[in-house]
Amino acid sequence: MFSKISILTGYDKKGQAEAVEYLEINAGEIYSIVGFTGSGKTQLISDIEQMAQGDSVTGRRILIDGKAPEYTVRYNPESKLVAQLSQNMNFALEMPVRDFLIMHAESRGLEVSENLIEEIMKTANSLAGERIEDTDILTRLSGGQSRALMIADVAIISNSPIILVDEIENAGIDRRKAMDVLTRKGKIVLIVTHDPQLALIGSKRIVMSNGGIADIVALSDEEVIAERMINSITEMLFVAQNKIRSGQSIQLSELTFPEAL
Amino acid sequence: MNRPKVIVVAGPPACGKTSVMLHSIKSLQRLQKRVAVVKIDCLATEDDIRYRSVDVPVAVGLSEDICPDHYFVVNLEEMTNWAAAEKAEVLIIETAGLCHRCAPGVDKALAVCVIDCHSSIKIPEKIGPVLDTADIVIVTKGDSVSQAEREVFRSRVRSINSNAEIVEVNGLTGAGCEHLARLFSEKGDSADLVGARLRHPMPTAICSYCMGEMRVGTKYQQGAVYKMDFPEVLCSLK
Ligand SMILES: Nc1nc2c(ncn2[C@@H]2O[C@H](COP(=O)(O)OP(=O)(O)OP(=O)(O)O)[C@@H](O)[C@H]2O)c(=O)[nH]1
Ligand SMILES: Nc1ncnc2c1ncn2[C@@H]1O[C@H](COP(=O)(O)OP(=O)(O)O)[C@@H](O)[C@H]1O
Ligand SMILES: [Mg+2]
Ligand SMILES: [Mg+2]
Ligand SMILES: [Zn+2]
Repeated sequence: MFSKISILTGYDKKGQAEAVEYLEINAGEIYSIVGFTGSGKTQLISDIEQMAQGDSVTGRRILIDGKAPEYTVRYNPESKLVAQLSQNMNFALEMPVRDFLIMHAESRGLEVSENLIEEIMKTANSLAGERIEDTDILTRLSGGQSRALMIADVAIISNSPIILVDEIENAGIDRRKAMDVLTRKGKIVLIVTHDPQLALIGSKRIVMSNGGIADIVALSDEEVIAERMINSITEMLFVAQNKIRSGQSIQLSELTFPEAL
Repeated sequence: MNRPKVIVVAGPPACGKTSVMLHSIKSLQRLQKRVAVVKIDCLATEDDIRYRSVDVPVAVGLSEDICPDHYFVVNLEEMTNWAAAEKAEVLIIETAGLCHRCAPGVDKALAVCVIDCHSSIKIPEKIGPVLDTADIVIVTKGDSVSQAEREVFRSRVRSINSNAEIVEVNGLTGAGCEHLARLFSEKGDSADLVGARLRHPMPTAICSYCMGEMRVGTKYQQGAVYKMDFPEVLCSLK
């Protein structure tokens, strides 16, 4: 089986060599990808998804276990190493949820069963607000419902050793739970995010700037504590959000502040 | 005279044919290939201006009153003669692809079909013969849909054409076009197309309206006239 990917970096938007020349990510590692809007975060994971070989705008080359991947690994969905949750908030294909899941499972070479479809629907519905039915038409799902279904689909059907996640936070779904569904032991997980809670899940952060990889920052000891604080603040916000969404009023006694504050 | 290798590129309007070809031509030029382009359209096109921007000779054919694919075959020999006179090694012919019944693929020429996965999951079936007879299927606009949708789209294409090389390409950035250019140089040969056969028969255009008739009604119609079958009249409207 595969154990690492390497990124041989290319050029930023100004055509200058990227500050970080070479990057190696091992199976089991979680990295986050951070940077301002337009800094090239999506381009980086798209290079990884396409296993670019100097043929994208950045000139990056992606190696699997030190070698350029075979053509079939790059393109054939059955042998794809990468599952990607893209930034798209909506589906474009006009077809029922069920048909889509069946066709996608088949294209990934899975045995399609009633249990499989049920498992995906259950997972999607545990993340979404309003219930998704398997007879719903993809293009008519809301942004949050689409996102929830995409997450369940990536986690269960595109169950590949490399998982790429692009801005999961912007759809009003439970991010922590979504990350739990997506990340499994032994996988490489790359999370593009603006959300501090998600950014701190990674043991390292890839910092993007001007289209290039500008720096790699490791999670510090202090940040391990910061992460706990941020988690409990997020938890508190989540409680408040749910109260408001379900038409209730917030009681002060329900809001607990992290101890360190 | 040396014959060029002919690549016939077809696909629905605005699916990305020109965008993809522009990037591929640049890659072909890096491989030292001399390229000429013919664009076949119905009424008007500005694609010739875009092709000139990459320094290739361009000819335009406008089919006006007739199906562009018919017009394409009628002129194919002359197109290859022109490209040969230009000393082109590769002739790319972009056709309008408006008519879903026709397919411009010809034996001894590379048949390329471009479709855009942002359009509709039913497109692969609708455009039947063009997709079915292609050697290479280029899928564009994957950047605007999810990975899962790209994979579903790809398998739908595969179910209609089990042999073609399916290549995902981004017409905006050109990602995938280098690989495409390599396929263009590896697959197919330069050939004289006189005597080569169409891969799919063109529909007959032999009714009165093909000949310029304007008036409506059976009494004005001559030649091959095919009439519809209707269900039995039940007077079901109250
Ligand atoms: N998002 C996205 N847009 C694309 C892609 N490829 C092409 N386009 C856009 O699609 C539009 C049509 O592209 P063209 O290359 O002119 O398409 P065409 O098939 O040659 O069009 P006709 O010759 O008019 O039939 C343009 O606005 C392109 O910028 C792609 O991969 N992704
Ligand atoms: N190294 C690069 N060279 C040229 N263009 C780039 C580079 N990196 C990113 N881009 C382009 O810049 C634009 C914004 O990048 P994107 O990855 O979408 O940013 P982000 O996801 O961080 O908001 C995209 O059109 C992308 O293709
Ligand atoms: Mg982005
Ligand atoms: Mg065009
Ligand atoms: Zn026709």
